[in-house]
Amino acid sequence: MSAITIILVLIVAFFAGMEGILDEFEFHQPIIACALIGLVTGHPVEGLLLGGQLQLIALGWMNVGAAVAPDAALASVAAAILVTMKGSDVDTAVALAMPLAVAGLVLTIFVRSITVGLAHGADNQAKKGSFRGVEAYHLTALMLQGLRIVIPAALVIAIPAETVQGVLNAIPEVIKFGLQAGGGMIVAVGYAMVINMMATPALWPWFFIGFAMSAVSEISLIGMGIIGVCLALVYLQLSPKFNGGGGNSGGNAGGAGGDPLDDILNDYE
Amino acid sequence: MADEQIQLTKKDRLHVWWRSQFLQASWNYERMQNVGWAYSMIPALKKLYKTEDDRAAALKRHLEFFNTHPYLASPVLGVEMSLEEKRANGAAIDDKAIQGVKIGMMGPLAGVGDPIFWGTMRPVIGAFAASLALKSSWLGPIFFFVVWNVMRMAFLWYTQELGYRQGENITQDLSGGFMQKLTTGASILGMFIMGVLVPRWTTMKFPMITSTIANDKKSLVDFSAINGTGAHKAEDWRNVIDQIRNGSNVDVNKVTTLQATFDQLIYGLMPLLLTLVCVWLLRKKVSPIIIIFALFGLGILGYWSGVLGA
Repeated sequence: MSAITIILVLIVAFFAGMEGILDEFEFHQPIIACALIGLVTGHPVEGLLLGGQLQLIALGWMNVGAAVAPDAALASVAAAILVTMKGSDVDTAVALAMPLAVAGLVLTIFVRSITVGLAHGADNQAKKGSFRGVEAYHLTALMLQGLRIVIPAALVIAIPAETVQGVLNAIPEVIKFGLQAGGGMIVAVGYAMVINMMATPALWPWFFIGFAMSAVSEISLIGMGIIGVCLALVYLQLSPKFNGGGGNSGGNAGGAGGDPLDDILNDYE
Repeated sequence: MADEQIQLTKKDRLHVWWRSQFLQASWNYERMQNVGWAYSMIPALKKLYKTEDDRAAALKRHLEFFNTHPYLASPVLGVEMSLEEKRANGAAIDDKAIQGVKIGMMGPLAGVGDPIFWGTMRPVIGAFAASLALKSSWLGPIFFFVVWNVMRMAFLWYTQELGYRQGENITQDLSGGFMQKLTTGASILGMFIMGVLVPRWTTMKFPMITSTIANDKKSLVDFSAINGTGAHKAEDWRNVIDQIRNGSNVDVNKVTTLQATFDQLIYGLMPLLLTLVCVWLLRKKVSPIIIIFALFGLGILGYWSGVLGA
């Protein structure tokens, strides 16, 4: 494990930390962060596999309003370090990633609170009309969010691999395989978070159509994506909610408001 | 006044666009995206206001509370740039109007951004990319990064330009009509894909044996011809394979696992129930973190008792 490797991993951690708050370039998403750490440590395949698994789990982890979501940044970075540098296996790392996600969440709450002070610093700079000053406070806050992941990552790197192995080997079989069984199920929490945000009575049928089609067929995800887009387009074309125009102008009884023939007939009236 | 009309150039607007990607850097519990908002507006304010007093006043009014979906701040930035431009050129637009437009737009826009970006685009692109990564393909992360960022950056730029050109009246366009159509369409796709994912990637194994029934002796394959050591004739092998093809039982006992029983109803039944329970718990305001740890607990308990397999 060379110094350059460690520096590169910490740079990835820094980007993941910044994106954890920005939510723009998405470096904190497991599929990116784990793959990058796998790449710089020379374990690309492990990184990809871990990234793929964690990505599925973290699909629905989002910051909406005041809702509390686990932190994908620390979960992916620390789990990737455990797999690529400390010899943990992917399944165990997935289980370990969950407490790390909570730790990351606590840390981001901490930094967001400190940032209140920085915002007041920016106010003072604004009074002086100093653009530079406001920018400096803004970017300082961003650095703090980056360090939020870099410091824990450095701590994980500092733990000797033998210690990690020792702890992992000391985990009883029942716990280890039990965590694996649990790891297979927690994907559902991510799905549920997405569903919970979007679901209305009108949308539930689409969920069950998707489920039934997936359960009884072998259609690939791309195929399903195409079907999903088409279903959405057809719905928008047929739904009376989005086709009110014809009904208002013509005084027709109104089921087929978007019918071009109807519009032509209305024009003749 | 006519000789000194200040115009924001495309270059200024591009600077604002680039900076808007750092909107949330100093997200804080007091005024949320306020500093990030001011940070994004600075290239425009710098161009429009030259004296220290003007700049201080401009910064002050852009450090007020603001919070919306980070990508949907762009149309608001566009509108505010056009307002500031008019104000700098002498129009009577007071601080209240500037703050009022921001507050008025941010609520409805956040409601549009969440289902489209966090509810549909990221899970759908992420799930597809993850399926590639799980096959050890680098296309997974590359696809995710490129598609996501091209889409996002284009969205930020075009909605910002739309806001700049059309001014405040775009709120109606964005919260009604087209955007509502987009939100509905995206939500349909999102819900459909969530349904697709449930049976495919939720792993729940139930290896527990629910029944072991001895098969009828007569229905068993007759292995006697190929039993024992030494070479066997191809003819005998063919005979055994034919028996299997014709549906004779290979095993002495017929074993049924819990898994087989569930799959007989519909494949993915238990993952479906699990997902619905999770939705119900979330509706009851149970934190997702608690649910995750409860599932780990359930996994350990289930494995220990033999109901669940790893």
